[in-house]
Amino acid sequence: MTCSQWRAKLDTYADSALPPDEAADLEAHFRTCPTCAAEALSRLKLKRMTQSAAARYTPSPEFRARIEKSIQKKPARTFAWIPAFAVAAVALMVLVIGLGVQMRRGTRDQALTELVDLHVATLASANPVDVVSTDRHTVKPWFQGKLPFTFNLPDLQNSPFKLIGGRVAYFEHNPAAQLLFQIRSHNLSVFILQDQPGTSPLSSGNASELDFNLESWSDGGLRYIVVSDVSPADVHVLSDLLRGAK
Amino acid sequence: MPLFARLYNFAHWLTHDPAAAEDLVQETYMKALRGFSSYKQGTNFRAWMYKILRNTFLTSQTGLKASSVSLDSDEEKIAEPAAAETPETVLFARIDQETIQNALEQLPVHFREIILLCDWEEMSYQEISETLAIPMGTVMSRLSRARSAMRARLTPKPQGASR
Repeated sequence: MTCSQWRAKLDTYADSALPPDEAADLEAHFRTCPTCAAEALSRLKLKRMTQSAAARYTPSPEFRARIEKSIQKKPARTFAWIPAFAVAAVALMVLVIGLGVQMRRGTRDQALTELVDLHVATLASANPVDVVSTDRHTVKPWFQGKLPFTFNLPDLQNSPFKLIGGRVAYFEHNPAAQLLFQIRSHNLSVFILQDQPGTSPLSSGNASELDFNLESWSDGGLRYIVVSDVSPADVHVLSDLLRGAK
Repeated sequence: MPLFARLYNFAHWLTHDPAAAEDLVQETYMKALRGFSSYKQGTNFRAWMYKILRNTFLTSQTGLKASSVSLDSDEEKIAEPAAAETPETVLFARIDQETIQNALEQLPVHFREIILLCDWEEMSYQEISETLAIPMGTVMSRLSRARSAMRARLTPKPQGASR
């Protein structure tokens, strides 16, 4: 494993969330790589300092007494609501949770939920991509050093698709390239990550969930997943272009 | 009252205001009491309480303002600190508690809350996923971005840089 692959795991290591065998391998790597060891130490130090610095505010004894009393007696006054926005926010929350609950049926559905969530959250952002360019020769190199693998992007000159840009995302704990494409004002996310055993069974083919279409395949040790609300045919055309990318 | 002091600390970090933090904690306990029947025995009580507090905050005036800002900044294009940041610069920079607190305060609320839940409240990724109602992958992705933003704020600016 290369340094960049190890570095993608440093936050998880600092959070003690890395599987024991991977943590042991990473610690073995530290013994031969002072740069990664220093980076890990830096992150552990920052985490410890944050833990200490965040313990900042203490409730007054008067407040504790007041709340104990109010809990026993009457409901609290409502916390500064804005009705219209509150209703919208609650409705949105219910919708999101509802979508989540509806889709959480088994591992495959969880993976689909995660992908659709990532796609929707990206589109909802004011800055959906970190590298903004329609030029594949600008977007692809941007990922160098950020991901432990490389990939090819297709020439879209004679196609209805346009490249918008890309960002680094995480799918099932693994770093992935998320590329955003557009066709007729509709957006498509393409996730590219390393194909590893034990990942969710998103078999090649199409799957429709909540009006989102998906196509997934593996090639050259990489896994490609296209997610969008466009038709399965459009998803397939983009998938074919990606499969033929040189 | 379980979690009282910790919920207050978290509420204060979210609202930046002691009176608003008190209102938020009080409302959280009221809602928890009223909705206790919806709490499933054997599930994570701490995540349940934090979820109530956070949802109450997000539907408050302060929370709506904060989250509208952070929706822009949550996936914000973080200034790449790579040029100035090396492990050593962060490791050996003279970072004191106040500097960390200031950096944390300046983070968008979606970044601030996830760092607090992970680093201060020491929640597992699974607990954070339950509390924030987001998938595990998003927990990791957002944590990574939040920490990058935090490090960027703590990295000393190169000499001569005025912006």
